[in-house]
Amino acid sequence: MAEAEIETTAAGEGEPLLSVRHLRKAYGDHEVLKDVSFDVRRGQVLVLLGPSGSGKSTLIRCLNGLETIQGGEIRFKGELVPNNNEKAWRRLRTQIGMVFQSYDLFPNLTVARNIELGPTKVQKRPKAEVDEQMDRLLADVQLSEYKDAYPRELSGGQKQRIAIVRALAMNPELMLFDEVTASLDPEMVREVLELMLRLARRHMTMIVVTHEMEFARRVADTVMFLENGVILERQSGDEFFTHPATDRARNFLESMSPVGAE
Amino acid sequence: MEPSVMTDASGAAVTLASGASVLFTGDNFTRLLAGLGTSVTVAGLALVVGIPLGIVLGALRILRNPVLRAVLRLYLEFFRIVPTLVILFLAYYILPRELGVQVDGVTVAVVAFGLWVAAEISDIVRGALISVSDHQVDAGKALGMNGLQILWYVRIPQSINLMVPATINLAARVIMTTSLLLLISVIDVITVGQQIMEANRMTHPDAAFWVYGFIFFLYFIICWPLAMIAKALEKRAKERNNG
Repeated sequence: MAEAEIETTAAGEGEPLLSVRHLRKAYGDHEVLKDVSFDVRRGQVLVLLGPSGSGKSTLIRCLNGLETIQGGEIRFKGELVPNNNEKAWRRLRTQIGMVFQSYDLFPNLTVARNIELGPTKVQKRPKAEVDEQMDRLLADVQLSEYKDAYPRELSGGQKQRIAIVRALAMNPELMLFDEVTASLDPEMVREVLELMLRLARRHMTMIVVTHEMEFARRVADTVMFLENGVILERQSGDEFFTHPATDRARNFLESMSPVGAE
Repeated sequence: MEPSVMTDASGAAVTLASGASVLFTGDNFTRLLAGLGTSVTVAGLALVVGIPLGIVLGALRILRNPVLRAVLRLYLEFFRIVPTLVILFLAYYILPRELGVQVDGVTVAVVAFGLWVAAEISDIVRGALISVSDHQVDAGKALGMNGLQILWYVRIPQSINLMVPATINLAARVIMTTSLLLLISVIDVITVGQQIMEANRMTHPDAAFWVYGFIFFLYFIICWPLAMIAKALEKRAKERNNG
C-alpha cells in the first residue's frame, strides 16, 4: 500500500489489519474527528484514551461503520471500505466484533439465542457447529449454566461477558470495545476486564476505549491519546504511562490517578 | 306484524313488553343478527386488508427516505383529517360516478375502511418500531444484520407488545364505525333496526328504545371484551418493561 508507507506508523511487519487515513467526522459544523490516521496490526491491542468528548467513542464507532464519516479512508485487510457504504460495512461487521457500554443483549431472547443469532442467521453457519462453539465459549467465561436464562436474570458483569461471547461467536478478526465497563457496578468491572486481558493474551486484535487506567496499562500494546478529535500522542503503553510526551496527556493521567496517590 | 303480548297486564308493563316483543316478532331477531354479521364482516375484512398493508407502510415509514416519508405521512393525515363518513361518501357516490364503475356498498366499505385501517396501523407500527432503542439497533448492525433482519429479529419482537393492544383498540373502533354503513345502503345492524322501527311505528311507538337498546347491547358484547383484552395486554407490556 503506497498510502500506508507515506506515514511512518507504530506498526511493524506485514500489512496492517486496519488502516485509517485522514478520517474526518463532523456533526454539522462541529468537527468531532479531525484528520485521524493510524494502523492496527494483527494481534495488537490499541487503547484509546482521552477526556470525555475527545471523540474516542465516535472514532471506534466509525471503525464499524456505525457512524457516517465526512472524509478520509478506512482499509480493512488492505481493502478500501467505500465511505458510508452500508452494504460494504455490513459484510465487514461479521469480521469486526463490537461490544457496547450498555451490553445491548436482546432482552427477548435467551443467552443461547442471543449468541446464536448472528452466526446462524447472518453468517448462515450450521446450528450444530455454532452450538458447539457457544458451549466452549460459555464454559470459558464460566457462564454455561446461564444458557437458557434471559438477560434480565443476569448481573451487569455477566451480561457484558455474554455480550463479548456473542461477538466472539462470529469469529471476528478485530474486536472493538466501547467503554464496556463504564456502566458496571465496581465489583463487576474486574470479571469483564479479566476476560479482555485473556483475549489479549490469546492475540486477539483489539481496539479498546476505556477509563480504567490500570487495565489500560496492562493490556495496551499501543496507546493513542485523543483530545478534541486529534491524536495528540501515539506510543507504546509502557511509554505513555511512564513518560507522557505532552502536558495534556500528563494532566489527563494525573486527573485519572487514584485519589490520594502520591 | 301480529300484535304480540297480552292486554290484561298493567299499563306500563304492557307497553314495555310489547315494545320489546318487536325484537322477537317474525324473523326480526335473526335479521338483526344478520345485520350485525354484515357489520362485523365488513370490519373483519377491512382489518384483514388493512393490517398487512399497514404493517408494510409502518415499516417503510422508519426508513430515512424523505419523499417516501412525506407521501406516507400525507396518506395517514388524509385519513385522520377527513371524517370517515366523508370518505365513505366519496368512495360510494363520487368515485364510481367519476370513474364510471358500479361497485356494491360492502366492497366500497371494505376498501375504504381497509385503507383507513392501513393508515392507522402504519402509525401504530411506526411508533412501536421507533420505540426500540438505537442501542439495540446498533447491536443488531454490529452482528452484520441487514435492515430486514433488524426489523424481524430486533425491532418487531421488542415492540409487538405495544402494537397488539393498540391494534385491538383500533378493531373495536372499526366495528363501531361500521354503524355508518347505513348511509351507503349496506344492510347492517342499524339499517335492520330502522326497518323494524319503521314497520312498527304505529303498533309499537316505543320500539326505538328496545331496538336501539338491543343494538347497543350487541355492540357492547363485541367491543367490551376487545377493550378488556387490550387493557390487560397493555398492563402486561408495562409490567414487562418495568421488570
